[in-house]
Amino acid sequence: MKKNQTLEKIVHGIFLLMGLITVGCVLLITVYLIISGIPAIKEIGIIDFMFGKEWASTAAEPKYGILPFILTSIYGTAGAIVIGVPVGFMTAVYLSKMAQPKVKATMESAVSLLAGIPSVVYGLVGMLVLVPGIRKIFGVPDGASLLAAIIVLAIMILPSIIKMSITALDAVPKEYEDASLALGATPIETYFKVSVPAAKSGIAAAVVLGVGRAIGEAMAVMMVAGNVPNMPDSLFQSVRFLTTAVASEMSYSSGLQQQALFSIALVLFVFIMMINAALNFFLKREKE
Amino acid sequence: MLNQTLSSKRKSYEVLMKALMLTSAALTAALVLFLLVYVLAKGIPNITWELLSTKPSALTGTIGILPDILNTVYILVATLLIVLPLGVGAAIYLTEYASNKKVVGAIEYAAETLSGIPSIIYGLVGMLLFSNSIGTCLMAGALTLAIMNLPTIMRTTQESLKTVPQSYREGAFGLGAGKWRVVRTVVLPGCVDGVITGCILSAGRIFGESAALLFTAGFAHAVNGVIAGLSAPGATLTVALYVYAKEQGEFGVAFAIAAILMVLTVLINFAATLVQKHFEKRRSI
Repeated sequence: MKKNQTLEKIVHGIFLLMGLITVGCVLLITVYLIISGIPAIKEIGIIDFMFGKEWASTAAEPKYGILPFILTSIYGTAGAIVIGVPVGFMTAVYLSKMAQPKVKATMESAVSLLAGIPSVVYGLVGMLVLVPGIRKIFGVPDGASLLAAIIVLAIMILPSIIKMSITALDAVPKEYEDASLALGATPIETYFKVSVPAAKSGIAAAVVLGVGRAIGEAMAVMMVAGNVPNMPDSLFQSVRFLTTAVASEMSYSSGLQQQALFSIALVLFVFIMMINAALNFFLKREKE
Repeated sequence: MLNQTLSSKRKSYEVLMKALMLTSAALTAALVLFLLVYVLAKGIPNITWELLSTKPSALTGTIGILPDILNTVYILVATLLIVLPLGVGAAIYLTEYASNKKVVGAIEYAAETLSGIPSIIYGLVGMLLFSNSIGTCLMAGALTLAIMNLPTIMRTTQESLKTVPQSYREGAFGLGAGKWRVVRTVVLPGCVDGVITGCILSAGRIFGESAALLFTAGFAHAVNGVIAGLSAPGATLTVALYVYAKEQGEFGVAFAIAAILMVLTVLINFAATLVQKHFEKRRSI
C-alpha cells in the first residue's frame, strides 16, 4: 500500500512537471528576449532606437532607428486588414447563413487549404506574379513594395478571419433570426442586422487574430517587400518590416548590430503580447 | 412576391449585400483555385527523378532536393518524438490531475500565448537557446519546433480526453484501481484520436515552417543518415525553397518544391478531415 502511494505521488509529480513545461517555455522566451533585447536599447537610447528614422547598421557610423520598421509593420498590417477583413467577413456571412451545405463544406476545406499553404509558397507566387504585376500596372521601376506585402498579407489572414467569423456566426441562436424574420425583415437584413451584431465579439476576435498573423509573418513578406529599410512614405516604396528586419541581418550580424536585432524582436514580442491580450478579451466576451 | 412589397431602399440594400457576399466568396474560391493550379502547373513539369534522388552538385551544376526531403522527414520525426510525450502529459495533467484553478489557468494561458508567438521569434529564441549550446543543427530546429507545436498537441489531446465518459473512470476507481492505473488503462487509450489529430496538424505546421528553422537548423544540403543528419545543419524543403527562390533565382527548383509542398498540404488537410469524421462516427455509436 505504501509503495503504491509513493508511486502515485511520483506519477502525479511527473504529470505536473509536464503541465508546467508550457509555462516554463513562455517564461524562458520572455526572459531570453528581455535579457538579450535590453542591452542594445540601453546603449542606443530608447528614444533614438524607437523613434530614430534611419537604420544603417553596417555604415561606418551605424544608426539604429527602427521607426521605419515599426511604421511599415503597422501600415502593412492595417492595409492587410482593410483588404482582408471585408472580403473574409462577407465570405463568412455567405458561408454561414446562405450557402448550401455542400458549398459550405467545399469552401471550408478550400479555406483550410489556404491556411495550410506554407508562407514561402505565398512568397514565391508573390515574387513571380504580384511583383511583376504591380510593376506593369502602376509603371513603377520595382514592384517589390509595401503594396505587394499588403496584398500577400491580406490573402494570408483570410483563412483565420473566415474560420473564426463562421464559428461565431454559426453560434448565433436560431431564435434571434426567426424572431427577426417573423417581424418582416428579409433574410439578408436579418443576417446583417441581427446575426452579425449578435456575433460581434467573435468577429472582433477574428480581426484581432488577423492582426496578430499579419504582424508576425516574416518569410512571405521578406520575399515580396523589397527589404530596404526605407520609411514607408508610399505604397510603392521598398520597405522592411519588424519581422524581416530581424530575419534579414541575423545570419551575418555580430556585436551591437546583433543586439539591436534582438531588441527589434523584443519590440515585436511586446506588440504580439498586447494583441494576445486583446484577443483573450474578445474571446472571453464571446463565451459570455 | 414578398420582395414586391419592399421599399426601393430596402431592395437596393438587399441587392448590394447579396452582391458583396457572392463576390467575396467567389474571390476567395478563385484565389484558392488559382494558387493550386498555378503552383502545380509551374512545379510539376520541373519535378524529375533526378531532382528527387540527388543532392546539389557543383561539379555538374545540377540541383537535387534529396537532402532537403530527408531533412524534412528527420525534423518531422524528431519534433513529434519530443513534443508528443510533453503535450500528452500536459493534457493528462490538466484533465485528470489538476485541482488548483490557478495552475490550470496559468498553463492554459501559457499555451495560448505560445500559439500566438510568431515563428520568427521562435527562430530567434531557438537560436539563443539551442543553436548556441548544441550548434546549428536539425536537432536544434526540432527542439524549437517542439515548443511551437506543444499547444497543438495539448489542445487536441485535451479535447479527446474530455470525450472519455466520466463513468469509465468511476468504474475503474470503484474496482479499486489507483489513479495511475486508471490513467494508464482507461484514460490513455481514450486519447489516441486526439494524438493522431494533433500529429497531423503538427505535421502540416512542421512541413510549412521556415522562419523558425533558418537560424536554428541552417541551410546545408548534405545527404546524411538519421543520427548524423540530426546533429548536422540542414535545410528542410521550405527553407530550400526560400534559398533557391530568393538567393539563387532558381525558380524552376523552387516551384518544384512548392508543388510538392502544395500536394503535402492537400494530403494533410484531407487526412485531418478524414480522421475527424472517422472519430466523430465512432463516438456517436
